[in-house]
Amino acid sequence: MLTLENLVLTQDEFRLTADWKVQAGERVALIGPSGAGKSTLLMALAGFFAPAAGSILWQGADLAEVAPGDRPLTILFQDQNLFPHLTLAQNLGLGLSPTLRLTQAQTTQIETALLRVGLAGMQARKPGQLSGGQQGRAALARALLRARPVLLLDEPFAALGPALKAEMLELLDEVATATGAAVLMVTHDPNDAKHFADKTVLVADGVAQAPVATAELFADPPPALHDYLG
Amino acid sequence: MTTKLLAAGLAIFASPALADTPVLTVLTYDSFTSEWGPGPAIEKGFEATCGCDVKFITAGDGAALLARVKLEGADSKADLVVGLDTNLTADATATGLFAPVTAQANTLPVPFEDPNFIPFDWGYFAFVYDKTKVTTPPTSFEELAASNLKVVIEDPRSSTPGLGLVLWVKAAYGDKAPQIWADLADNIITVTPGWSEAYGMFTEGQADMVLSYTTSPAYHLIAESDDTKAAASFTEGHYMQVEVAGKLATSKQPALADAFLAYLTADAAQSTLITTNWMYPAKTPAEGLPKGFETLIQPAKSLLMTAADAEAARAPAIAEWQAALSK
Amino acid sequence: MVAARADSFALAPADLQALRFTLLQASLSAAVSSLLAIPVARALFRRRFPLRGALISLLAAPFVLPVVVAVMGLLTVFGRGGPINTGLAWFGLPEVSIFGLHGIVLANVFFNLPLATRMLLHGWQAIPAERFRLAQSLGLPPSAQFRHLEAPMLRARLPGIFAVILLICLASFAIALMLGGGPKASTLELAIYQSLRFEFDLGRAALLAAVQFALCAAITLAAARLTLPQGFGAGLSRHLQISAPNGWRRALDIIAVIVAAVFLFAPLLAVVIKGLPGLTTLPNGLWPAALRSVSVAIVSAVLATSAALILANGAAHSKSRMIELAAMLPLAASSLVLGTGLFLLVRPFIAPENLALAITILVNATLTLPYLFRLLLPEARQLQADYGRLTESLGLPRRTILRFVTLPRLARPLGYGAGLAAALSMGDLGVIALFAGDGGATLPLFVQHLIGAYRLQQAAAAALILVALSFVLFWAFDRLGSHYADA
Repeated sequence: MLTLENLVLTQDEFRLTADWKVQAGERVALIGPSGAGKSTLLMALAGFFAPAAGSILWQGADLAEVAPGDRPLTILFQDQNLFPHLTLAQNLGLGLSPTLRLTQAQTTQIETALLRVGLAGMQARKPGQLSGGQQGRAALARALLRARPVLLLDEPFAALGPALKAEMLELLDEVATATGAAVLMVTHDPNDAKHFADKTVLVADGVAQAPVATAELFADPPPALHDYLG
Repeated sequence: MTTKLLAAGLAIFASPALADTPVLTVLTYDSFTSEWGPGPAIEKGFEATCGCDVKFITAGDGAALLARVKLEGADSKADLVVGLDTNLTADATATGLFAPVTAQANTLPVPFEDPNFIPFDWGYFAFVYDKTKVTTPPTSFEELAASNLKVVIEDPRSSTPGLGLVLWVKAAYGDKAPQIWADLADNIITVTPGWSEAYGMFTEGQADMVLSYTTSPAYHLIAESDDTKAAASFTEGHYMQVEVAGKLATSKQPALADAFLAYLTADAAQSTLITTNWMYPAKTPAEGLPKGFETLIQPAKSLLMTAADAEAARAPAIAEWQAALSK
Repeated sequence: MVAARADSFALAPADLQALRFTLLQASLSAAVSSLLAIPVARALFRRRFPLRGALISLLAAPFVLPVVVAVMGLLTVFGRGGPINTGLAWFGLPEVSIFGLHGIVLANVFFNLPLATRMLLHGWQAIPAERFRLAQSLGLPPSAQFRHLEAPMLRARLPGIFAVILLICLASFAIALMLGGGPKASTLELAIYQSLRFEFDLGRAALLAAVQFALCAAITLAAARLTLPQGFGAGLSRHLQISAPNGWRRALDIIAVIVAAVFLFAPLLAVVIKGLPGLTTLPNGLWPAALRSVSVAIVSAVLATSAALILANGAAHSKSRMIELAAMLPLAASSLVLGTGLFLLVRPFIAPENLALAITILVNATLTLPYLFRLLLPEARQLQADYGRLTESLGLPRRTILRFVTLPRLARPLGYGAGLAAALSMGDLGVIALFAGDGGATLPLFVQHLIGAYRLQQAAAAALILVALSFVLFWAFDRLGSHYADA
């Protein structure tokens, strides 16, 4: 269980508070106007932004002193999720063995992961030789291999077309199911939230509201969401 | 404790000294020990008679030698210092680090008296030119200043010949020296850090004349059979450079050091010095000077300040030079 | 160590004049070198022509030439009886003397224009090709591309480049002395040299060294303040062909490349031509000396590159300017000051002549560190901006980051930097002359000995070998870097 306890994030004029929990395996969308602090919240969870007050707990243990790589989560950024000079096998391998000394079993694991995300046989390719969708798949494949209990996504599929994005969400669903991970996904598209997430967090007016059932939220949108949806 | 450990650690990298034969350590300028310098022959010659091992340690030039002696002070490993000149001996004596030496006979054109140093070679500073390009060389600083000739000189703050030139003008002109420098300013195309840059520029044809030695043409004549180089004879006389050797008071091999000084001024070493340093010997060897030396100019007057005068004149003379040429 | 011997002294008027002249010649040289580098680097970046690769490799050559050799080459071309003056005489024009402030600037530009060009070229290459593709797809004219892509890059890189060249020119007293035409061209470095050697006034030397240090520190800090992160984001290392504009811009690029090539290579050619006749009569001691020099160069290059990488990485991760300052300061120290300091340090324990090569390696590594650091810092910062979060989120250990991220991403500047360091160390004479014992001469000292013995033709040949070896070392390291980067 991921707990945000009286969390306060500040930067210059910006201020965001959050005080809620996410259960294991839950799918949560973060939605709200641009600049409300969705990405900042994700960065704080991932360990790239120090909270001004409050704490982030995993299974009751405070994560404040835990380095980003040691936190029980995998994050997919908007871009730069892959090292352009490394092959896909190496990029994925970094998720298994930080020293890249891979065993035969791990190599097989990588091949399987690539197969699962539809990139079979592309181990030797470098990211520059892939399409945007394929790059997203590769990043998801690494998340699959790392198998951390929380998966954070900062709009990694925003640039993809509707059909491709639907495919990616489906893949994300598979990956999350396979690893049993709780997913927190930033999105600006209500349809993403409706299709993928059981619950949605509305981030607006300096507050990240506690997650509520997505269907209920959109059935009776609060004023802030109403404004956002237009 | 750490100091001792460090010393022990460093000692591992040091080359082990030969334990059985005594070692005579000679501090000298680096070109002395080069393949073409007098060092190798003198080392071989002296080792044949002394039953010792001669070891050279080097510094850049005469001034660097003295700086090194001062840096090391009383715990210098060197027994002898070879290659100071009379512009540095007053300063060197003042350190109190040098021991008196037995004077050796010499054939210098001026009297030489210094209880701590023995001259081993000497030369006259002179402007060297190419006879095929300069047909009527100047015969004085004033003529040079009045001509259109371009000269390259060395900086007195970083080189021995440069300092020699400044003292030359001072010795010849005294209080008129600043005027001479002011008149020479338009002839001096540039001032180099050392002799080699100046001489290189001259041989490349960048200047008509270069400050060097009257003996420089002897090298071209004897080693290259090239008789186009000559030194201009100046009526004011020519300033001398006298290179000397001295013994350090802290030497653990004083007897060997004395023997080396005697060897240095004997015929064999003196002959070697003529055609390696391309200077005049402190004592002309029995067989005389090599053929070719008779073609060199013979200055009518030899100028040399005493060590004390040179020491006193140095800083003001450099300041005059600098002021006159900075205008 | 030398500083510890400083007493309180005031600067003499001559020292103040030296300080003024030092600043004047250095800032002029740095400004001209950086500005001229812009058209040359841009032409090299966007044009493809035969021998382009060779030209870029050869750009390092002037920078790694020993000063005396280079000045002789410049004199052959620009001096009396050289092609420039012969040409002027043809048109009945008066001879132009190379000696004076303009000569110093000319020589400094000869040395530093290639360095500035190479550093700017790295800058251009670091703009992701995707950005150019975007700009061209938007139909931005070349002027707009310049404003939105190239100008920010220049804005980010030029202060650093200007600062390095300024610092290099501050400490180069041999050029100022040889071409300055007289003592009005005195620099601080010469005053330090004089007080250490002739006057043996450690106090005054320390004071002057402190002034030079302060000057360099101020310049480094000012440059650091002016240096902005460029924020282009990362590209995908795609090999995209960027089409270059035609018309007068093409003509301008052609002229820039040709003029730069002639200016840089004519003096080099002169060095080669002068060295050739002596090659048949090379003296015996040359090859051992060459071997010593090459070993010193390789070891000190590896040392300096490792240290620079560590420091640049540290500086890229930290907001403090202290690392940057520390890494740049050796530029202010002359090899004479460093050498004397080390001499005083080791002497109580061991005869310095027994450590001559080790000390030379150490001093050379220290002196080349700032160049390498300056070269690596922008790349390390870029790397940190682009991939810092990703490496952290994956929890990669330091060794993995070094091996799989830092080294491959920085291979190009690392190889180039190590090559420069090796070549600079090859050509350095300063320290070994302080320590060299019996027969321990390096190649530059050997050349010096040959000139000292009037053997000018052999000296020219030995200098040619020195230049060739320096260049081969540089080329080998540089190739190694590119090879690793492309792998």
